[in-house]
Amino acid sequence: MIGVLRAAWVIARKDLVVEARSRELLYTTLFFALSVVLVFSFALVRGADDLDINKAVDATLRSQMAAGILWVGIAFSGTLALGRTFERERQAETLRALLLAPIEHTAVYLGKLATLLVLMVGVELIIVPVVGFLFGAPLAASPWILIGLLGTGTLGFAAVGTLFAAMLVRAHSRDVLLPVLLYPIAIPVVLAGVRGTAAIFAPEADPATAFMWLTMLVFFDAVFVTLALWTFGPVMGE
Amino acid sequence: MVPALLLVAAVVLVGSPFVVNGAPYEASMGIVSKIFYFHVPFAAVMLTSTFVSGIASAVYLIRRKPMADYVALAAGELVTVFGIFVLVSGPLWARKAWGVWWVWEPRLTMTLVMWMIFAAYQILRRFGGPGTDVLGAVVAIFGMAVAPFVYWSVNMWRGMHPQTSVVPTLPESMRDPLMWCMAGIFALYAALVLVRARVERNRAALEAAYIALED
Amino acid sequence: MTTTSFDFDTVEVRDVSKHYGRRRALAHVSLTGRGGEILGLLGPNGAGKSTLLSVLGTLMRPTSGEVRYGGKLSHEIGDALRGRIGVLGHDLFLYGDLSARENLEFFGRLNGVAALGARVDRALEDARLTDRARERVSGFSRGLRQRLALERALIHDPRLVLLDEPFTGLDDASCTALADRLRALRASGVLILMATHDFDSADGLIDRAWCLHNGRAHLLDAPAGAESLRDRYRRALQGAQA
Repeated sequence: MIGVLRAAWVIARKDLVVEARSRELLYTTLFFALSVVLVFSFALVRGADDLDINKAVDATLRSQMAAGILWVGIAFSGTLALGRTFERERQAETLRALLLAPIEHTAVYLGKLATLLVLMVGVELIIVPVVGFLFGAPLAASPWILIGLLGTGTLGFAAVGTLFAAMLVRAHSRDVLLPVLLYPIAIPVVLAGVRGTAAIFAPEADPATAFMWLTMLVFFDAVFVTLALWTFGPVMGE
Repeated sequence: MVPALLLVAAVVLVGSPFVVNGAPYEASMGIVSKIFYFHVPFAAVMLTSTFVSGIASAVYLIRRKPMADYVALAAGELVTVFGIFVLVSGPLWARKAWGVWWVWEPRLTMTLVMWMIFAAYQILRRFGGPGTDVLGAVVAIFGMAVAPFVYWSVNMWRGMHPQTSVVPTLPESMRDPLMWCMAGIFALYAALVLVRARVERNRAALEAAYIALED
Repeated sequence: MTTTSFDFDTVEVRDVSKHYGRRRALAHVSLTGRGGEILGLLGPNGAGKSTLLSVLGTLMRPTSGEVRYGGKLSHEIGDALRGRIGVLGHDLFLYGDLSARENLEFFGRLNGVAALGARVDRALEDARLTDRARERVSGFSRGLRQRLALERALIHDPRLVLLDEPFTGLDDASCTALADRLRALRASGVLILMATHDFDSADGLIDRAWCLHNGRAHLLDAPAGAESLRDRYRRALQGAQA
């Protein structure tokens, strides 16, 4: 019997190989994220005045909008990616085959989580500069805290999302149920991500506040990754 | 057990208008503040119910005791039922007291999020198909676990804005009526959970009897 | 060869029932098998054959009753038990985006198969897919996928092989090849449980068979004279419906 981490690596590598060939998931998720960013920009930006870099008040507003739109984009595109990843495992019931292998079930969770993280980081590498470009957001102010927020926030979202998406593979109405179940639980993640990012993007940058939000995200990740690892086995191995 | 609880609840709730009437008016809000004596106990019960559902779900996930599942389901339903009261009385109070329908304060927001999670829990259990008892258990556990984080994050968020929530310290004369109502509403909750869990247990027994009949 | 610390020779199903609410899938099924046998599960659609195979494959917990592998329950043995079981399901468990070779290598790695390259080559030969090893599975016909899926189920040389309709979609030559393969496995001590509708292919292959009806399992009588499997099955079904 191979170990948990090795099994997780085999599974993740298989998914990444498939993805590297067609890049279908990466492109669709990326373009979806871009569409979300655009739609929300049109929805929230009132007019040319909001984007006038000479107006101080609007600079604050701009940074808030940039942060909010960025994280909405991440959350929506992450949900899409989750749905698509597990839809693939539903064809020919391969998720069952993974659970039939003589490996701990948590290896399946870790492998899928790793794949999703790679995918979302790939999307964020494009989206973050795009949002910075559209809103004139100072990406280079406190870059480490920004990376920390994105990293911990994405991990928290993905950790809960992977568990729920796997759980729902064989349930009815799974496409609708995934966002309905995931978003309320992800609220602290999105709130912390947005507020922390807004604190960094603001004209009077506030890294201390951002760091406070980062701390909360670290706690969230610790609790929920642990919970997910504990519950994945019992819930999947019927 | 249940009749005793219902009796306690009935006595307390029938007596509550008199007890609440005897309490002094709160300085700024006048008679509207009396809603506090019901709003707070219902909110407390709702939050307790999320923990009951979460813990029962954890027991079910680990031990697979059927009764744990029934209690989790009952408590989950009651989160939404009691939650509706909180989410209606809260805005009514806020409107009269501060002129806005909704305040983004930690407790009310946490209530809303918990309500949504357990409403989703119900949808899952009702429409998800077979096997949703275990899936629901995970949702309830995660719902319970996220409650403190929602409170924490909204609290930090609100830290930037002026506080509009009620003062936590209460004078004696207000505490007694509050405790009175708390006792009654908790008794009511306990009775409802037991009754509802029992209904589930009877339903399962009925189905087992159906199956046994075919043998 | 895979090295395992656990192996078993007998599988016992004791009074297993499975229900979903009021719908019963299995009712008090009991049967035993040992290595070196091919057992048949016959019955109409929805009779519970797939459910029984899922329970035996540890994919499903029975509502009541137990399954013992070499006298032990699955949770007593742990994850290693799955390394001794091979399952060919209705939905073949193959990744359409991967090639035949990659599918076999992937599942081989998860099972910790030693000398993977050689083992995969052998599996491709047995499936007669060597010349199409590098093609994506999504381009294969049902029959080719079935052959590959069987080899995937056997890649780790399991002790218990569970087959759900293995003859579906196979042409005549492939049916014969499959039957020969199963006989060879039986000779090497593997216990095979096969759910099937294909009486012609199964006749002469199966040692013992059960007819599943409404979740109950009825053992078929030994053949009287030159009685075919189909006749025996019909007789058992009539007896069950009476």
